[in-house]
Amino acid sequence: MTIKLTANDLTLLRGERCLFKSLSFALSPGELLILEGQNGSGKTSLMRALAGLLEFETGDVKWDGVLVRKNRQAFHGSLVWMAHRVGLKADLTLVENLSFEASLRAQSSAELDDVMTRLGISRLRRLPIRSLSAGQQRRVALARMVLAKAQLWLMDEPFTNLDRDGRTLVMKLVSEHLGRGGMCIMAAHQDVEVDATVHKVVLQ
Amino acid sequence: MIEEFDTPGVMKAMFSVAKRDLLLAWKRPGDVLNPLFFFAMVATLFPLAVGPSNEQLEFSGPGVLWTAALLATLLSLNSLFVTDFEDGSLDQMLVSSVPLPALVLGKSIAHWLTSGLPLVLISPIVAITFRMPFSVTGVLMLTLLLGTVSLSMLGSIGAALTVGLHRATALLSLLILPLSMPVLIFGARTVSLVASGDIVAGGLYFLAAYAVLVVSLAPFATAAALRISNE
Repeated sequence: MTIKLTANDLTLLRGERCLFKSLSFALSPGELLILEGQNGSGKTSLMRALAGLLEFETGDVKWDGVLVRKNRQAFHGSLVWMAHRVGLKADLTLVENLSFEASLRAQSSAELDDVMTRLGISRLRRLPIRSLSAGQQRRVALARMVLAKAQLWLMDEPFTNLDRDGRTLVMKLVSEHLGRGGMCIMAAHQDVEVDATVHKVVLQ
Repeated sequence: MIEEFDTPGVMKAMFSVAKRDLLLAWKRPGDVLNPLFFFAMVATLFPLAVGPSNEQLEFSGPGVLWTAALLATLLSLNSLFVTDFEDGSLDQMLVSSVPLPALVLGKSIAHWLTSGLPLVLISPIVAITFRMPFSVTGVLMLTLLLGTVSLSMLGSIGAALTVGLHRATALLSLLILPLSMPVLIFGARTVSLVASGDIVAGGLYFLAAYAVLVVSLAPFATAAALRISNE
């Protein structure tokens, strides 16, 4: 049996507003799910809820056939989330930030140099995050994501602030991740060209 | 299938959170020094205001020092989760596979090391202004040592509950003060008692027991509060 993410009949309320009703989807290894919708249509909220930071009003999410609510730790162990706020400490250097993340995930830091070179941030390693540009901070967040070796990637508008090379790089990283049997859920405003099965959910 | 992911050691994760926060405190020393200055100022201005009479100073010393320590700790609690909330690292902590209470305990350890411990260490110097004898100063340090542990841990619950609110210092104080009253009363009374030559073991035992209770329960309460207030 392959690990699968299934969402069934999801409803999410924020205050008085209903963001979406009876939303269902399923995601298998090697597949990409793109969330589309206007600003404020609930893409980020859906991601936060999938990550377990918000409660769905109805419906359930299953990871590998088990309710996520029941086995949150296993689910969190296999997902990595690239949020809009990058979640890096502005006063710490790039390497200090990444090695902190590494210590939470029991991963080896052997690949750190390779990944940093690949993302074009290795010459920034001694600089505090505060002094990096917004695009460079995004690249650091991407490095964290690659290093995490998680099966499910949640990406909230990963192309924001990135230059053209950066956007191509994101698509390449996602393709490779899907090729390895990973899964990805992405909120994006632009077309994503990857060689994999792509599902789309359009939020009104 | 589910066992496939590696769970990092809980202890290792806890200490790396503590280490990160200590590193941050080192890079932004203002956050650590402000409450410490506040403590030193309140405690040294008081004798100037009430006058130099020996009797009065010895009488009011323990109470004033303890009140100043309590308020200084409250001052330092505001920033416990706020920066994590603002830069998004709180979200990352919440989706981590490490149990949240362990991460929270790591943060509290770092908070105590940067706020409680410095208070304990400068208290003998500040106590000189109250003409406190050395034997009494030792007990003062001991009560502060036990008491600030409780205050840091209790404070983390309040800081977690008010994390999404803007400038919630007053609310944070209202939430925390009732729970910290026993610490203040037993802390100050124990020091007064030793000054008048009484036995103080009971007060110290109480402070120690309270600290153990709070250290074991507060991380869970704080973790639950963070999940609620970060919605």
